[in-house]
This record gives sequence, C-alpha cells and structure tokens, in this order.
Amino acid sequence: MRIAPALALAAALGVTAGGAQAQITNNEIKIGILSDMSSLYTDLAGAGSVLAARMAVEDSGIAGRGFKVDFVSADHQNKADVGSNIARQWYDRDGVDLIVDVPNSAVALAVNTVTREKNKVFLVSGAATSALTGAQCSPNTIHWTYDTWVLANGTGNAIVKTGGDSWFFLTADYAFGHQLEADTEAVVVKQGGKMLGKVRHPLNTQDFSSFLLQAQASKAKIIGLANAGGDTVNSVKQAAEFGIVGKGQNLAGLLIFLTDVHGLGLPTAQGLIFTETFYWDANDQSRAFAKRFSERNKGIHPTMVHAGVYSSVIHYLKAVEALKADGDGAAVVRQMKATPTDDPLFGKGSVRADGRKIHPAYLYEVKKPSESTKPWDYYKLRATIPAEEAFRPLKDGGCALAN
Amino acid sequence: MIEIFGHSISPIQLYGQIALGLVNGAFYALLSLGLAVIFGMLNIVNFTHGAQYMMGAFVAWLLLNKLGIGYWWALVLAPVIVGATGVAIERLFLKHLYKLDHLYGLLLTFGVGLIIEGLFRNEFGASGLPYRIPAEIQAFGPVDLGFMRLPPYRVWVVVFSVAVCLATWFIIERTRLGAYLRAATENPTLVQAFGINVPRMITLTYGFGVGLAALGGVLAAPIYQVSPQMGSSIIIVVFAVVVIGGMGSILGSILTGFALGVIEGLTKVFYPEASNTVIFVIMAIVLLIKPAGLFGRTT
Amino acid sequence: MAVGEPPLPPTDVTRMPPHQRVAFGLLAAALVAAPVIGIYPVFLMKALCFALYASAYNLLLGYAGLVSFGHAAFLGSAGYVSAHAAKVWGFTPELAILAGTATSTLLGLAFGALAIRRQGIYFAMITLALSQMIFFFCLQAPFTGGEDGIQGVPRGKLLGLVDLRDDRVMYAFVATVFFGAFYMIYRIVHSPFGQVLKAIRENEPRAVSLGYRADHYKLIAFVLSAGISGLAGAMKALVFQLASLTDVHWSMSGEAVLMTLVGGLGTIFGPMFGAFVIVSMQNYLAQLGAWVTVVQGVIFVVCVMAFRRGIVGEIARRLRRPL
Repeated sequence: MRIAPALALAAALGVTAGGAQAQITNNEIKIGILSDMSSLYTDLAGAGSVLAARMAVEDSGIAGRGFKVDFVSADHQNKADVGSNIARQWYDRDGVDLIVDVPNSAVALAVNTVTREKNKVFLVSGAATSALTGAQCSPNTIHWTYDTWVLANGTGNAIVKTGGDSWFFLTADYAFGHQLEADTEAVVVKQGGKMLGKVRHPLNTQDFSSFLLQAQASKAKIIGLANAGGDTVNSVKQAAEFGIVGKGQNLAGLLIFLTDVHGLGLPTAQGLIFTETFYWDANDQSRAFAKRFSERNKGIHPTMVHAGVYSSVIHYLKAVEALKADGDGAAVVRQMKATPTDDPLFGKGSVRADGRKIHPAYLYEVKKPSESTKPWDYYKLRATIPAEEAFRPLKDGGCALAN
Repeated sequence: MIEIFGHSISPIQLYGQIALGLVNGAFYALLSLGLAVIFGMLNIVNFTHGAQYMMGAFVAWLLLNKLGIGYWWALVLAPVIVGATGVAIERLFLKHLYKLDHLYGLLLTFGVGLIIEGLFRNEFGASGLPYRIPAEIQAFGPVDLGFMRLPPYRVWVVVFSVAVCLATWFIIERTRLGAYLRAATENPTLVQAFGINVPRMITLTYGFGVGLAALGGVLAAPIYQVSPQMGSSIIIVVFAVVVIGGMGSILGSILTGFALGVIEGLTKVFYPEASNTVIFVIMAIVLLIKPAGLFGRTT
Repeated sequence: MAVGEPPLPPTDVTRMPPHQRVAFGLLAAALVAAPVIGIYPVFLMKALCFALYASAYNLLLGYAGLVSFGHAAFLGSAGYVSAHAAKVWGFTPELAILAGTATSTLLGLAFGALAIRRQGIYFAMITLALSQMIFFFCLQAPFTGGEDGIQGVPRGKLLGLVDLRDDRVMYAFVATVFFGAFYMIYRIVHSPFGQVLKAIRENEPRAVSLGYRADHYKLIAFVLSAGISGLAGAMKALVFQLASLTDVHWSMSGEAVLMTLVGGLGTIFGPMFGAFVIVSMQNYLAQLGAWVTVVQGVIFVVCVMAFRRGIVGEIARRLRRPL
C-alpha cells in the first residue's frame, strides 16, 4: 500500500473519530508558561522558559501553516495556591490549552489536579517529584526533563560504582528533600553501600557549617546534598571553605543546574558530580540552540529545564497539528504518547503510558577552572545512562495508567 | 558520647559546634547591634535592615567586579555608601513619621525593604553571585583550636565583629557624643534647646545603624552566597535577637546575639529541623517572663 | 459583664445611620451582580475570603488598637483543619468550615491569653513568635503534607444537598457567609462592647479607672478576630481545594496589614476594599514577576506617607461621615 493514501485514510478516520473536538478552541493554540519569576528558580526556569516556548513555536513553523499561537506567562511565586489559582483562571477564563514548566513540585502537583479536572494539557519541565508519574499520574500530564528517581539513580549508582560506598546525607527538611534522600538511599543500599548518617536542615538555611562538620565527623566518603537552589549553593560554597572536599570526602549534588554552577563559580564548584538530561555543549545541535537562546536571554545559557520546555512544546505542536484539535487534552496527550519524539535537544525518545518522557541521562562533573576554555564551559561528561535504564520502571510507579 | 534526642556527639565535636555557634553569633550580634542602635536611639523598628545588609554585600561585589576594589576597601566603602542611602531614607520618609504611631515607621521601612529586594532581584537574578574569600586571610590557613580546625575567615569574622561591637558600645555608652545621643532620645526638645542639632544627630544615627548592617553584609559576602534573598532570611532572626536582648540595650543585643548563636548551633546538632524555630520559642518565653528583654530597661 | 462593673454605656448606636445603610445596600447589590456581569467567580471568592480576613484583622487593629503579627496562624490553621476534615474525615462543607473556625478560635484564646499581658511592639512580637511556632508545627506535622500541602480537597455537598463543585454555587455560599460575618463585625463594632473597646484604645488607663477590665475586653476582641480570620481561612481552603504553608507563613500576616492599611484603618468598609485592591493587583501583576514585590513595597510607602487614611478613609473624610 502506498503511504500517502494510507495516511490520508488514517487522517480522515482520525478526524471523524475526533468528532466534535476536531477543531482548535478559540481558533488559537494558547500556551501558558507558569514559572518562578521572582525567587529561587528564576534563573534555571523563569523568563528563560518563556523564551524557550517561543523559540519552540518559531522553530516548528506552525504559524506558517495556518495555526495561530498565543502565549501567557505568570509567576507562581513557589506557592501552590497561587499556582493552582492561575491555572484555574487560565483554563476557565483565558482559553489556555497547555501549561508548561512549573518548577516546584508542590505547585506542579496542584496544577496536575486542576489540569485533569479541566481536561487540558500539562507538560512539566521544571518540577522534580516522581509522584507525577506515580501515584498522582494523570492522562493529561506528561513529565518531561527529569525527576527525583533519575537523579537519585543516576548519581547514586554511578558514584557507588566508582567507590563512593559510604554516604552521609544533608537533606532539606521538606517533602521533596526527603524523597530525594529516600530514593538515593535505596539505590546506594541496593548497590551495597552504607548510610552513615543524615541531618535535615530547614529550608533556606544560610549557614551550613554545623551540618558540614557533622558530615565530616561521620567520615563518610560521600556527602550527598539532597537539597536545591540556594541551599545547595551555600552548602557547596561552605564545604569548600572548610576544606572538606579532597580529604577523603567528596560532595554529591543531587539536584544541580547549570545556573547554580554559574552562581558558584568554577573554583568552588569544581569536582561536583551530578546527573542532568541536557547540556548545552553536548553536540552541535545543542550548541546552535544555546547560541540563539543566550543571545535573547542576556547571555544566560539554557538549563535542562529550558530545554525541556522547548522539547515538550515542539512535540505538543506536532500532536495538535496531527489531530487538528486541541480541545480534548487527554486526546492530545494520547497522541503525544503514540508518536515518538525527535528534537534537536534530547534526540530521539518516547513518552510512556504513565506520562513519563524517556530519554538518556548523563553523569557530569564540573570542570576545573584550568579546563574551561570559554564562557559557560562548565561540565565534562563522565557517563551516559541509556534511556531504558535511566527512569523508574513502569511497573514500580504505582500509576493506574501503567496497566 | 553525649546522647540527646537520638543524636549522639562526642565532647570534642560538641566544642566544635559551639565554636561555630559563636561565629554565627558574631553575625547576629553585629546585625542586631545596628537594629538596637536604631530602635534604642530613635524608636524606629527598622524593617529595611535585612535589605541594607544585602546591599552591603552587593556593593562589595560591585566594587570588586566593576571597579576592581577589593575586600579591605569594601569594608570601609560599603557601609559609607549604604549608610548614605539610609540617610536619604531618613530625610525623605522617616522624618515625617516621628510624630505618628510607631506602626507607620515600621510599615514604611518594611515597604522600602520590599522595594529594594525586588529591584535587586530584577537586576541580578535569584541565584546569587560568588565572592572570594580575601587571599590574605585564606593564606593564613586553618586555625587549630585543638578540638577543631576553624577556617581563618571565620576566626576573622568573630574577631572583627567583637571589635566593632565593643567600639560601638563604647561610643554610645562612654563618650560625650553618645551621651548627647542618649539625651536627645529621652528629651529632644530640651537637648535642642542646648543648641545641639537633634534632627541631624537622628539622621546620622540612622545612617550609622544602616552602615552597621551593610558592614555585616560585606563580612557575609565571602561565606554566604551574595543574593537578593539573603536579607529576608536573616532579618526575622535578628529581630528576635534584639527583642530578647532588650530593644533599647546595646550590650543586650551583643551578648544575646552570641548566646543565641551558640544555642542555635547546639540545636543544629540535637534537633536540626527546629534550628530556625528555637529562637522564636526563646523569644516567646522571654517576652512572657521579662517583656523588656533580658537586658532591657522597662519603658 | 461581671458583678460590680459599671453599666454599659447607653446604646444610641442601634440604628444604622442612613449612609451606612446605603453602603450595605450597595455591597449586597455588588455581591449579587458581580458574577452576573461576568467577573470570574473564583477571583471573587478569593477576594471575599481575604476581605473577611482583613476585616477581622481590622477589628483588632483599627478598633481595639492591637497590632498583631501572627494572624497567619489563624487563617492557615483553620484552613488545614477544614481541608483535613473535608478530605480525610469526609465532613460536609459547613461542618468542615465550623471545625476550622473552632480551631482558630481556640488558638486565638490560647495566643490571646499569653499575649494580652504585654503592650505595643512586645504584644506584636509575641504574636509573631507564637505564629512562627505554628508554622513550624504545620511544616513538620505529617497530616499537613509539608510544602505540598493538603491537595485535592473535595468541596462536598452543603448540608448534604447542594453540590458545591460549580463555582457559581460555591460563590453564592461564600458571598452569603461573607455578608453575614461582615454584618456581624459591624454589629460588634457598633455595640456597647465595641464602644468600650474604642475607649480602651483611646485611653486605656482611663478606661481601667472607670472600672472596665481592659484585658478582658482585649482578649475577647482577639478571640473574635482570630475566629473570623479562621472562618475566612476555612472557606478559602474549600474554594481552592488546597491548604498550604503559604497561609501560615508570616508574610500572610503582613498581607493583612497591607490590606487594612490600603483600605482604611479603623473604617468598617475599608479592609474589604483593600483586600479587593491587593488581590486584583496580585492577579494582574503576576505576569510581571519580581515587580510584584516592588509594587507592594511602593504601595506600603505611598500609603504610609501620603495616604494614611486609606481608600475608604478618604471617602469617609470627604463625606464627613464614618464608614
């Protein structure tokens, strides 16, 4: 059978099957970028995410094929109620069809619930909680970029394999920190490593000297930082000041972004090991993207969250264009799951039944200042984790859609 | 081994934690000193203090990265620059509020603090900026205290803070200038009748208190990340310190700052999750038993 | 009150003056008309909950003259209890809200008993310290869900009959409760009790010398304020189907001050206006990111320097009648 008639038949069937939904609501595709524009995650997401979404629309060329695309963006201020409120208003009143980004797991969970209720689409790029593809999984949500399981598994496994078999945890005392710690501990123990102790610090702690001293006293080979943002930055900085690294102990950052390393500076951050799913200097395509991105983003290079927003929007537009409809969120997500992904930033991948986007993960180490030859040249690659191994197995998540 | 709440620690480690607590206490003491000076002398609850601390750190960073001016000059220049902004705030806004309820002064300084923090965040982002520990201090090498090796910069922080606190206390309690200041607070009209320019003293005192905050910021820049949020994280703790010490008492703030640093340090060992909250528990207890604070004079 | 106390002052305040009757009428009309003319009901409900919160705060600040920095504890704890009651215990909405309100009232009694003994800034600091401890408790306690909060709270069926999932039905409920509670605040302020409170605010030693037990009155005002704040918080948890740490954080206490200030300290209708203004501003400026902080700061500064009477205060001054 020739391809074209088969495709035409399939398209026709798809259109008739869609029935009343075979149209673009309000004659436009409206994308809402909900991010943290004013506090700790501003640099790794924020305005950069808005730019990434715009670039995705521009690069897809969809506007030239008869589709109108519009954007709104807002600051959730890291508050679940603000985020949920904005999402509700966007869906009910402003005709938004898709929400992307949302760094902050608590806000993401709230938006996840609202999106399901209103049958729209939520593509999470910034938040970490693996509950989004576990107990809280939804037919309207796809978890892009990364999650706590990838980070724990990637970093934990790789470090234990290279000899880091005794751990001490410095954990941010809130649900996300606990989860990251628990996931990593499970991996370490499974690989035969030992947990020598843990200490939980309040969120937004300025001074880590006391906790670092406890970590030092434990004589654990690896001090795992189960925290994020300013807490991680302060922990690393003060660990360097106390000369902890290099005397038989090393730091493992469990959630570190490019902008954190930039904020720390290479002299302090060198030697940090962590997992990410995207790095701007990985290949020619990512470099080309980074050049265009940074020119429009005050020179700040793209983090994996920005890349995730770009990649998820590109795939969404493909799905909407194929369906010629965006009103039924669950249908668009089904289409996205049925189509393999291919974009310049994450390469080839797919979306699983539980809403988990699958792609390879990479273990990076921060370069020494002497090894860095150009601005933002911060990482060197230590290992690649193939896509099949990088994410939590489908059956382990407890997601109802996995069956 | 000492064992409390399921956390055990050896005596040697305990001394180490106490030493670290003293270092933090030095920060609290320096910052609460500025607040206590402003409240004790001027009866203004300066909620901008956190933002001014942050500005001190940023000015140090800007001096280094834009003008190539290093840490030692920043210790002098940053307080002066930020103190000048404080003078401007006092002249433009606070001056008009003295006759009103204290609540308004508080609200105004709170609002100004928000504006400053928001502007800095817009300009510099939220991740923060690195500032290196000055090479001269780093070259000193870790100081061996017997039970632990303390990084030299932390020792410097304690030494410098103690010196500044003592100098301030001395100026206010033991010199003529300080006497005029204290008199002007109690009875401005009478002191003005003696020919002393009371409004100018008030302005300069506010500027001085703000300068102290900025000094704390410069001191903090090498060890805490220089970020726009750094002020709001610390302001509420510093307030608690001032309240516990006694809102008008300079000595009270200094001693309480150090003491609370140690208590917080011990909490970080035995019940770390609560280390942010223990100061408030103490504040509530002190306020209920001795509302003027541990060293305060009852008004 | 108790035996031996002087009789309460003559009640010439029982009849509502005409201009205030007009104001109440306008309020009722606005509440009915707003969703009809197309204003988004969820936005209205948010504004109404905050209007109630600010009005309750004003009862304490504007009428009793007590500055509290800890009201977030009442708003938030009631929200958590109400959310938990609706989600885990399966309470109907009115019972869940009652449970939340009862919690905040009791908490208000506990806080008030401790704090009332002190004056001025010390009173404020005690309320701050106590509310920080509540924040810590809410952060640690397993049932609150930490920084995720309690999510997916069901709105349920009012009295087992009326399904509140439709935003407009929920709005009708919230608007009715708000109007009732607001009227109650009005009656409290214009009652003999309210008069004594004003006297205590103006000149406490004199009121005491006249035989009034000032601490008693202040405590009652505190408990009332706490309870009504809790009512607002409990309703809000059901409107948004979410209870989170934001509501017990000290910045939420600051919001109460801001709304009251903008609307008009010591006016009845002021805080409500202030709440609407601030909630609208936060809505519109959400797109501007960090500028929200700056704008809020500017509003504080402008209100304190030039606009101390607040919106309704200025209107009242023009009309030369109390509002």
